[in-house]
Amino acid sequence: MALPLDYETLRLIWWALIGVLLIGFALTDGFDLGAMALLPFVARNDLERRMVINTISATWEGNQVWFILGGGAIFAAWPYVYAVSFSGFYLAMFLVLAALILRPVGFKYRSKRPEPAWRARWDWALFVGGLVPALVFGVAVGNVLLGAPFRLDSDLRAFYEGSLLGLFTPFSLLTGLLSVAMLVLHGAGWLAMKLEPGPVQFRARRFGAVAAVAALVLFAAGGAYVAWGGLGFRMAELVDTAGPSNPHLARAAAAPGGWLTNFAAHHWMMAAPVLGLFGPVVALAGLRMRQDALAFGGSSLAVVGIIATVGLSMFPFILPSAIDPASSLTVWNASSSHLTLFIMLVVVAVFLPIVLAYTTWAYRVMFGRVGEEEVRLNPDMY
Amino acid sequence: MDMAVVELSRLQFALTALYHFLFVPLTLGLSFILVIMESVYVMTDRPVWRDITRFWGKLFGINFAMGVATGLVMEFQFGMNWSYYSHYVGDVFGAPLAIEGLMAFFLEATFVGLMFFGWDKLSARQHLFATFMVALGSNFSALWILIANGWMQHPTGAAFNPMTMRMEVTNFYDVVFNPVAQAKFVHTVSAGYVAASVFVLGVSSWYLLKGRHLELAKRSFAVAAAFGLASALSVVVLGDESGYTLTDNQKMKLAAIEAEWHTEPAPAGIAVFGLPSSSGHETLYEVKIPYVLGIIGTRSLTGQVEGIYPLVAHARLRIERGLVAYDAVEKLKANPKDVAARAQFETAKDDLGYALLLKRFVADPRKADAAALDKAAWSTVPNVPALFWMFRGMAGLGFLFIGFFATALVMANTRRFDAKWFLRVAVAIIPLPWIAIELGWLVAEIGRQPWAVDGVLPTFLGASSLTTGQIWTTIAGFTLLYSVLAVIEVRLMVAAIRKGPEGYTPWQPRRDAVSPPAAPRPSHSVPAE
Repeated sequence: MALPLDYETLRLIWWALIGVLLIGFALTDGFDLGAMALLPFVARNDLERRMVINTISATWEGNQVWFILGGGAIFAAWPYVYAVSFSGFYLAMFLVLAALILRPVGFKYRSKRPEPAWRARWDWALFVGGLVPALVFGVAVGNVLLGAPFRLDSDLRAFYEGSLLGLFTPFSLLTGLLSVAMLVLHGAGWLAMKLEPGPVQFRARRFGAVAAVAALVLFAAGGAYVAWGGLGFRMAELVDTAGPSNPHLARAAAAPGGWLTNFAAHHWMMAAPVLGLFGPVVALAGLRMRQDALAFGGSSLAVVGIIATVGLSMFPFILPSAIDPASSLTVWNASSSHLTLFIMLVVVAVFLPIVLAYTTWAYRVMFGRVGEEEVRLNPDMY
Repeated sequence: MDMAVVELSRLQFALTALYHFLFVPLTLGLSFILVIMESVYVMTDRPVWRDITRFWGKLFGINFAMGVATGLVMEFQFGMNWSYYSHYVGDVFGAPLAIEGLMAFFLEATFVGLMFFGWDKLSARQHLFATFMVALGSNFSALWILIANGWMQHPTGAAFNPMTMRMEVTNFYDVVFNPVAQAKFVHTVSAGYVAASVFVLGVSSWYLLKGRHLELAKRSFAVAAAFGLASALSVVVLGDESGYTLTDNQKMKLAAIEAEWHTEPAPAGIAVFGLPSSSGHETLYEVKIPYVLGIIGTRSLTGQVEGIYPLVAHARLRIERGLVAYDAVEKLKANPKDVAARAQFETAKDDLGYALLLKRFVADPRKADAAALDKAAWSTVPNVPALFWMFRGMAGLGFLFIGFFATALVMANTRRFDAKWFLRVAVAIIPLPWIAIELGWLVAEIGRQPWAVDGVLPTFLGASSLTTGQIWTTIAGFTLLYSVLAVIEVRLMVAAIRKGPEGYTPWQPRRDAVSPPAAPRPSHSVPAE
């Protein structure tokens, strides 16, 4: 059966779509994670914590689905990436899941009992549920840029070297901290926008300003490390961009500086790193000038710019292998079949607009700042 | 493959899936019960129905949080513990999982926020719509995950591609409209409705026994009795036996459930008791009801239910043919352009998975001797005694629920809410649907062994190349986390039930209070005639 879109185009579309999903996750659930990482710092008593929690209580669950859908979509469109990355980063993934498990129960159960000790424990759980995923995601991205320690045998079964602690290198710690700074900034922008004026909002702006500077510095430092730290891969053989998904068909090789070649070849791609630097500045300005929507807009730009920079710099690589570059997974060798990519694109084209429509509606229903009075008096508030 | 890694990975999956599935059935069923109750509120505008909906909604929320928390793990576990499985079938199996996220999880998760936080922000109809979307979303989720699972039981619409060393979709329609998946979906969601109905009936009965919250208890009792009876009938009548005759593995599952070692003349009898022995390949002390199995299994008086012995002999033939395909794949790996090998592969490709069974006994299946072939053929028999007893446990409970709900419905219709014996039974049996449901999962998945995907990929090949230490770490971690959360969840649930329903006054922002009062309606100023 001839499909209306060729295999190469579909692979490109799906590469971009996964980028959209990951950015969608970071833009929406990102501020949930950031707000919870800020919880102990911006809120000093139970009422203040409840105010922070109730800025996201009604919408965080839908946001989290971007993460789950990201997993499912990678499984469907990039099965090699799903198979190799989650088993290769096994214990890191376990940490993320264990931390994320604390969130649904934390939000729901915290308010079920009044004892301060009970609530303090759940505050810790929510803090861990916000900070740990933010950190580990960043560390994982750092390791992807460095190349992961895996090889594929002739049956395309993956084998790994390395350990959980081996994931924490100076560079991946830097990317981990960048991820935390970026999401904390985003969370602070959200809280500034969503809370009624008062001490909590004041503190959120102050911590947000620190995070904005940190994100800016760490992003620049990360860029410098990528440029001069010898990172990068390139294809060593000509690739059939419409060929079967089998990494053994065309070899890749390590190529120091390889992560910069795309920006040199396609100047428009520079828009991403520029946005990544510009976003935190805008956010900082918004936080200082008490223009909360501007702050949140700036942090959103930062999220888009920083994540897009990583994706574009690596193209066509998705998951390079440090110990066996020939096993590296790319856009051209790690996708699903032509038919599956097409069917899934149709499904996305039908359902994503519907999802966006009702998500927008849900945010409109919940529109407005959260204040002390509502948190104290509304029986439905956490 | 390191079999310890395989066994630990199976243990991990079973633990996390069985645990997740403690919370899912209540979500599936209670969400629809909430829809029914809230519909009555919207239609009658009587606040008591709103309070009823809000009370059960509170219990729903406590349960739902655990379902979401434990469900997170499920989406990523295939990649974490079953890496080769994920590669081998991801082209087919990943799609329903992604669609589940897009079509079901978003719906469920977005509207559940509006359901809990929208009481004062939405009109009654809008709120009912949100509740309905939660129910629809959670049930869609069951649909897509069972399409994925149905494909593992009966892999239609896909073929092995030697160029990519994996299964690829050939016909997506067949994957979605897989008869096994459709039967499983109806069976599973109905089981969820039964669980929720037993829960609502049990809690209501406890209130009736204590003489508390009678307004709520009687109404909830009636709703649950009616919904429960319909669901219990659906579980049994539309149960998933319709898929058993489709494939060799499904036939093997049926034969194992019935511990039928040799094919019986049609129509076969069904064993109500027996002691199946896996080592002796026989069943001792069997007590049979004639004809019943043949009629249920084949829906005819002449169809035969094949026994284990002939199915093993058939599996051995498929292993031999599978070796032809395996040999061709190895040649194609060396030279993808080998036309003769390609032709050889096409003749036997449907049996490739059977050759892979040999990898458990020899490194290179092509070098297997007759003894290894025999061992591999017998390895297609799942755990017979376990299946025999678990199935009987599940099915017995299924029939029990029909009787239970029929009685409850009679009581509700005759307004007899004071039969203490029945109320006590209703409280006592609250755990039973969960036992039946977990047994059902075990029958389905143990019955699928030794396959991860029937006839395509043996389970032991699907595992990731992890160390036992890594898997023990996550098993210990999840067990600890889940145990603590289980204790907390049950305590909160019991506390919420003890507290009972609460009155509700929608919160109004203060700024609304200062706005001028509405002008009196004209009718008030017009004197009555």
